Amino acid sequence: MATMRAISQRLGWTRAAMGAPLVLLLVLFLVYPVGQLLLLSVHGDNGFTLAQYRQLFASSVYLDVLLITLKISLVTTLVCVVTGYPIAYLISGVGKERKATLLFWVLLSFWTSFLVRAFAWIVLLGRNGVINKLLLWLGIISSPASLLYNFGSVLVGMVNALLPLAVLTMLSVMENIDRNLPRAAATLGARPGMAFWKIYFPLSLPGVAAAGIMVFVTAIGFFIVPALLGGRRETMITQLIIDQVQQTMNWGFAGAISVLLLVVVLIVFAAYDRLLGLSTMTGASAPRNAKPSRLSGPVVRAGDALLTLLGAISDRIILLLSSRRRDRNPDQAGMGLQAFVWTMLLVMSAPTILMIPLSFGNGGLNWPPQGFTLHWYETVLSSPVWTQAMLRSLLVGIGTGLLAMLIGTPAAFLLVRSDISGKAAWLAFILSPIVVPRMIIAVGLFYVFARIGLVGSAVGLVLGHTVVAVPYVVITMMAVLRNYDTRLDQAAQSLGARPLATLRYVTFPILAAGMMSSFLFAFATSFDELTIALFATGGLNATLPKQFWDEVTLQVSPVIAAVSTCLFVFMGLLIFVAERLRRRAAAR
Amino acid sequence: MVSSSLCIRELCKRYGDFVALAPTSLDVAKGEFLTLLGPSGSGKTTLLSLIAGLAQPDEGQILIDDADVTHSPAYDRDIGVVFQNYALFPHMTIEDNIAFPLKMRKVSDAEARRRAGEALETVRLPHVAKRYPRELSGGQQQRIALARCIVYRPAIILMDEPLGALDKKLRDQMQLEIKRIHRELGTTIVYVTHDQEEAMTMSDRICLMNAGAIEQLGTPQDLYFRPRSLFVADFLGESNLLSATVRGVDGEGLDIVLAEQLAASRAVGNGSRFAAGEPIKVMVRPQNLLVGEGGQLSGRLTDVMISGSLTRLYIAPEAAGLPQLVAAHPTRSGSPPYEIGQRLSLGWHAADAVAIHEGKGI
Repeated sequence: MATMRAISQRLGWTRAAMGAPLVLLLVLFLVYPVGQLLLLSVHGDNGFTLAQYRQLFASSVYLDVLLITLKISLVTTLVCVVTGYPIAYLISGVGKERKATLLFWVLLSFWTSFLVRAFAWIVLLGRNGVINKLLLWLGIISSPASLLYNFGSVLVGMVNALLPLAVLTMLSVMENIDRNLPRAAATLGARPGMAFWKIYFPLSLPGVAAAGIMVFVTAIGFFIVPALLGGRRETMITQLIIDQVQQTMNWGFAGAISVLLLVVVLIVFAAYDRLLGLSTMTGASAPRNAKPSRLSGPVVRAGDALLTLLGAISDRIILLLSSRRRDRNPDQAGMGLQAFVWTMLLVMSAPTILMIPLSFGNGGLNWPPQGFTLHWYETVLSSPVWTQAMLRSLLVGIGTGLLAMLIGTPAAFLLVRSDISGKAAWLAFILSPIVVPRMIIAVGLFYVFARIGLVGSAVGLVLGHTVVAVPYVVITMMAVLRNYDTRLDQAAQSLGARPLATLRYVTFPILAAGMMSSFLFAFATSFDELTIALFATGGLNATLPKQFWDEVTLQVSPVIAAVSTCLFVFMGLLIFVAERLRRRAAAR
Repeated sequence: MVSSSLCIRELCKRYGDFVALAPTSLDVAKGEFLTLLGPSGSGKTTLLSLIAGLAQPDEGQILIDDADVTHSPAYDRDIGVVFQNYALFPHMTIEDNIAFPLKMRKVSDAEARRRAGEALETVRLPHVAKRYPRELSGGQQQRIALARCIVYRPAIILMDEPLGALDKKLRDQMQLEIKRIHRELGTTIVYVTHDQEEAMTMSDRICLMNAGAIEQLGTPQDLYFRPRSLFVADFLGESNLLSATVRGVDGEGLDIVLAEQLAASRAVGNGSRFAAGEPIKVMVRPQNLLVGEGGQLSGRLTDVMISGSLTRLYIAPEAAGLPQLVAAHPTRSGSPPYEIGQRLSLGWHAADAVAIHEGKGI
């Protein structure tokens, strides 16, 4: 008995040591700063006050901004999900080779900095940009139209920014749908439209819902696109927070706006949880006895009737369109779908690619590019501001990657391998940096860092970036560990390997690819991070995104096109390497 | 009783350079239980997909009751398919799964429900109607897949390794179940499996496939006792294969010489023509290899294995050029113990020695 107790005690300590760093990190640099900020909103000179909230609701200004934010986010979500669905559908169904190609383009957009993409749209939609030139050439307009700084340009930028996220989220669900099911439906007498709407579509709904909430929550906390592509009437709520902090240093009011934002996000999540259950978000399968949805009977029946109707309509349309092509391969995607997907992928990556010729031209950012010069690249490389920003970003990125791995991997082990109580709650806590809008974390961190002298330091940035990167590491590692056959460990131990030797010779070598990809994910998250860097760099010692932001809000110059091109190529290489690693691991 | 005949004419399917199915012809009679048997990659699943309309052939024709359905889509063929992993719709209850094909055929809700209930009775699972597929065991899911298929009385049912995921005992039970349902409904069934025992127990006829073509088509007895090729002899059951040369042919009987002029013997043909002087293989099934009866050969016992009802003796022949032989006899209590290394005399009845061409059968 005594030894049993000793063993369980030692196990307890090991577990605590595995989970504590992550918990500590999140408490110190997420819970505490955000809590501080929220406290500031109700803390006046004489203790508790609601003055900030009175100001917030005194005029309709702030509520209007909230409504605009919700409107932009909703429309963005709708467009992303509707256009992303066919893309994900096609990718999930094609062969290995074509899937890799299609996925590369989605990932490239996904990983291309929001800043770079937003900047590209400024150039594209400008008075002398590609679109205006094209429209003029086609004779549709006679003088350049003003395409920028309105709702349309914000929407284009937002959709461009978030479509890859929607596609990837839906893809992860669609890849797990058995393609035999629509085939089975066909043998049972369902025409293609009916098989899609009654079988495939309902099964893909969790993916649609997850994509919807991911896009919506990200959109609500966005400021890069509305700031760069929007006019005054497209101001979003996060921009207000930036103004309060950067221009008036009004912490209390910034805190009050943050609370408003947070409440909206939490309501969205709560509604999602009520309707579909949050567990569907992480892609975990529903428990054996759970019904697939918590929607009640009449809703389900109405939905079913609607799907039947959609199926019947689709089949009628298909019948009208394709009566002449009888012996088409039933498993192959139609030409229409393929054309649509390639067009969307083109639209998704074209802006950034068009940046490349402009960065070598000496005609400014006007289309078409004129001449050839390396001047802009020389400017970047000879400017200490840019080179230092690059170095700093690399440094902070690597630091974040390492720290997030070091802290996240043991926690993932703990969550997958051991039966700690309240697993769901722990997971929710670990994922909370994704749920809490980035801006709120950033402002809270700034406040705390300012008091302990971490503003402008690389350490502060690494800590802040680790907070937002570590959930991705934990999710990735949990997925990797779930697929890991623990019998290999048992085999190693039966062959005489002690726990550490087992880790060193068996577990880690097999997990290496997964760890590498989660490192790259954390690195890329940090390398592209602007929100925290916006404040935590304290005006000096900028990272690359911060420097980019400062420049682009000051003036739109070809230098930025050169930097964009560098970033684009760098990210392209990174994805290529990561994909190679992943495939090598999969081939084993 | 609904059932249809199936007729396949020179059907062919290629994937790039890979020939998944060489031009193949096959007739399945009304109400027949035909099994497509073969190792993985032999083209049996390809053939099944083509019949079901889940893949399009490059050449050839498929006729159901003399109607050309080669280019009809799956949903117009009135064929039922039981998929390997059942392909039950996870978001629908068992009842909705079974009623699905009826709804696709515009059967009224009440009628669909009634017939789904009947189908559940047929597979003896009436109590699971309101459950979801993942709440059922593998064996139950398999029955539901079957119920979903028989509920709309398709003229032909195709089954793609339907019992592959079940354990031995359940598999035996389901084999009987499927046979019973076949008897009751009289539907034409085309059944795919790589398990030769399953094929032997269930089929009216077996179509043994190899490398994208039919190797032999016939009753289980035909294939087992009169294999047309070494592949068939080897694939179905255990066999001893001995080299021999034909000396003379008289009707169905053959005069042969075993190995290198070792011993004269008799054998029967497998239905094809043999010529004097032709090198052949002679197949003797283990249960027909008689031990200790002054026969054609002798050898030393190398191993004895008792596997329940059968005892297997492994014997190394003394003559060079012959492979290790195996004899199988019913296990009896109190039979004299064998000793490893013991010298044994081996023989067989001429009618149990089947001649097979060295190359592919003619």
